[in-house]
Amino acid sequence: MELKEKTKLMDKDAIERALERIAHEIVERVKSIDDIAVIGIKNRGAYLGRRLAEKLAQICGKRPDVGALDITLYRDDLTQVAEQPVVHATEIDFIIDDKKVILVDDVLFTGRTIRCALDALIDFGRPAAIQLAVLIDRGHRELPIRADYVGKNVPTSLKEVVEVRLEESDGKDEVVICEKLDEQ
Amino acid sequence: MSNKFIWTKKDLLGLEYLSAEEINHILYTAASFKEVTTRQIKKVPVLRGKTVVNLFYEPSTRTRTSFELAAKRLSADVINIAVESSSVRKGETLIDTGRNIEALKIDIIVVRHSASGAPNILARSVRSSVVNAGDGWHEHPTQALLDIFTLKEKLGRIEGLKVSIIGDIAHSRVARSNIWGFIKLGAKVTVCAPEKLIPVGIEQTGVHVTNDINEALEDADAINVLRMQFERDSKLAFPSALEYFKQYGITSDRIKKCKKNIVVMHPGPINRGVEMSSEVADGANSVILEQVTNGIAVRMAVLYLVALAKKPTSSLPAKVENM
Amino acid sequence: MRYLIKGGRVVDPVSKIDDTSDILIDGNRIAKVAKDLNEKCDTEINAKGKIVIPGLVDMHSHLREPGREDEETIATGTRAALRGGFTTIACMPNTEPPIDSPEMVRKLSGIIKRDAACHVAMVGAITLKRTGRKVAAFSGMKKEGVVAVSDDGSSVEKASIMLQALRAARKSGLLVIDHCEDPKMSAGGVMNKGFISTKMGLRGIPAEAESTFVKRDIELAKKARAKIHIAHVSCAKSIELIRKAKKARLPVTAETAPHYFSLTEDCCVSYDTNTKMNPPLRTKADVEFIKEALADGTIDVIATDHAPHTDAEKDVEFDFAPFGIIGFETALSLCVMELLDKGVLSWPDLVMKLSTNPAKILGCCGGSLKKGSPADITVIDPEKEYVYTKELVESKSKNSPFIGWRLKGKAIDVFVGGVLAMKDEEIMV
Repeated sequence: MELKEKTKLMDKDAIERALERIAHEIVERVKSIDDIAVIGIKNRGAYLGRRLAEKLAQICGKRPDVGALDITLYRDDLTQVAEQPVVHATEIDFIIDDKKVILVDDVLFTGRTIRCALDALIDFGRPAAIQLAVLIDRGHRELPIRADYVGKNVPTSLKEVVEVRLEESDGKDEVVICEKLDEQ
Repeated sequence: MSNKFIWTKKDLLGLEYLSAEEINHILYTAASFKEVTTRQIKKVPVLRGKTVVNLFYEPSTRTRTSFELAAKRLSADVINIAVESSSVRKGETLIDTGRNIEALKIDIIVVRHSASGAPNILARSVRSSVVNAGDGWHEHPTQALLDIFTLKEKLGRIEGLKVSIIGDIAHSRVARSNIWGFIKLGAKVTVCAPEKLIPVGIEQTGVHVTNDINEALEDADAINVLRMQFERDSKLAFPSALEYFKQYGITSDRIKKCKKNIVVMHPGPINRGVEMSSEVADGANSVILEQVTNGIAVRMAVLYLVALAKKPTSSLPAKVENM
Repeated sequence: MRYLIKGGRVVDPVSKIDDTSDILIDGNRIAKVAKDLNEKCDTEINAKGKIVIPGLVDMHSHLREPGREDEETIATGTRAALRGGFTTIACMPNTEPPIDSPEMVRKLSGIIKRDAACHVAMVGAITLKRTGRKVAAFSGMKKEGVVAVSDDGSSVEKASIMLQALRAARKSGLLVIDHCEDPKMSAGGVMNKGFISTKMGLRGIPAEAESTFVKRDIELAKKARAKIHIAHVSCAKSIELIRKAKKARLPVTAETAPHYFSLTEDCCVSYDTNTKMNPPLRTKADVEFIKEALADGTIDVIATDHAPHTDAEKDVEFDFAPFGIIGFETALSLCVMELLDKGVLSWPDLVMKLSTNPAKILGCCGGSLKKGSPADITVIDPEKEYVYTKELVESKSKNSPFIGWRLKGKAIDVFVGGVLAMKDEEIMV
């Protein structure tokens, strides 16, 4: 599938500001930083989760527990996808029981990834609550799922692809909208 | 890391048939699954609705249990079928058995067989995935994968390590799979056994061959000590187990002269006082129980990979053809 | 009936012809061989672009009847032979029960008279029940028509019995066709012993299992002053011994089979049981030795060792499968591709190996296109290419490693004793 870059939605500063705002919203809604655990969905959600935890540390003076979740084993489309996905390690080395888990992902789209993540998290224990933080909400939900914290709401068409690029994986920070070129 | 790699093989028949890249991909995937085995709830839904059949023509509690647990932790259903094994053919053929099992709409056949190549023949005859759980003297790929996984976990790498495989090389499928796996990943492999237990031409795999235990132990980063079966194949080479122990047994005296952190592996079950002393088996250098634990993660990875292989390609060397 | 085979390249090493020529068949004999014949005939065969040679003679095959009619019968086996261009085949006595007595020979002879589509030369067993213990009644079997004796499938393990058999064979004027294998060395083996068997985890059969018995039996034959023919030579070590024996002018002849110069042990890696035969496929070096031995005359004969087994018998684990492959229908193509096209042999040489020599060694008809000879003639299209599929197999069993191969060179017309038994690749009998 060929993609054509259309619009740049966010640059490095915009991403920073969005994360900072989300961090402040989280702090407003919890009693203590000790109650929070941040768990990012691999791959880019995990990088964003780590950045969000740093922001929280700057605000509260204490870093919350951070983990990374690989949802491959919980996907509902394994028999349908064209290429076998690689299973990466899940890294949650703390107890999530009774924590308020902030689940972090880059783009919220159909909601299916979040459904997988919820299933996976439940296998780790019984958190007090799970809240969802995403950098981009592009709409087109297929499941009754919504985000608690959103960096930017972006109306999109189904012909478009939202690409979040992060320094950790892509060398630079930016969010762009691309268009799928019709396959000949 | 091999995370761009895409697995395509429907079967795992032997490490001879895999590339270094494919072996590394299994190891990488196994590391991810190892985390699952440390959770409170040691189960993921990835193979929900799939059925694994353990088709065992040879008795084996360990390997079968390990595969069974691995399948269950992936949420697959498991059926165990034990077939009376005999070199005299009677009743249903392997191919008929395979096709009948497949007619039950299953997804993976894990097969253990006394005849070398039986999994290859089965894989040719069924569309289901076939995983070799040990065939004759040929291969025992998941055992070698868990040996390699354990060593890599211990020492951080495989390339450049000196690994010695000690015991009845001639009659050992574990030895053959270990040789292919370690050689492909760049280890320097030595095989050590009495002359009669070294199979003809084995040096063509790239291993160094010795009959001298001291040479095998010298500078070794790891040793893999094979189970000696004097009641079966190994009896020609040595008059007695005691004599073997004297000449080749891994004792703490011998280990003391080795590298301090030498890793001691054994595929089990151990004959204490034959190929290895109890002190060594239970000592600080031994990783024998870790091997057992890692076996589950490795087998989970293998079952996951073959069951969901996309664009499945044959895992077999092609039939001879002149076209 | 009178047939005129016109315009073919006639190759007959006996009458030293290799030229475009015509052949007139009158009744069961060759009436004339000459250029531009304009004789009256009932049917004319246009052989332009074809090779016309004496009918092929296979001195080593297994037709399984009586006893294993599920694998092959005289009727199906001889038709498969025709398809391959053979006009005479010798059948080995390892049937169930074996052909080890005059009565059994008579019984077999009756079946052959009734069912055979080409000439069949009978071979009797060396020892009773082929157990290697007691030498069979050679003169009685000879009276009933056997041309040779063999325990093929097994060797005669005891040297003293072999010596006794060789002496008895000399007295009866019978050829001993010798399956050379030291059963102690080959015990349990299923393929050539070497790196390939090691990596496949299969028990090996060393080349020495063959050559030690070749050596022993050449010495025994010398002592008994008997003729001996070494069957299915597979390895360099045996060839060296045979070459030496021939230099010493001992009455030793030898054969190999097409698979021993077309395939190597490397083919076994798929665990395809159609690569399992005894003796086993050997190394590339052995294949080169065999080709050399064919070229220099150390090996006199190419025989198929046609050994049919049913799918049910072969579709099993490598260890459990029986040895052997079918060979009638692929022999000629493999000779064309591996020996002619690669410059190992010329057409006259090949006719020697596939017809003249085996006929002479067996002492049976055929092997020549001389005027007055029985009209056993094969017309070959040397350029015809085809893919050998299971559906094409004429034999009752389909156990060939060459299924799926693109082959070249095919028998088109076959005359057996003046009867047009195959016409335009269609079997008429």
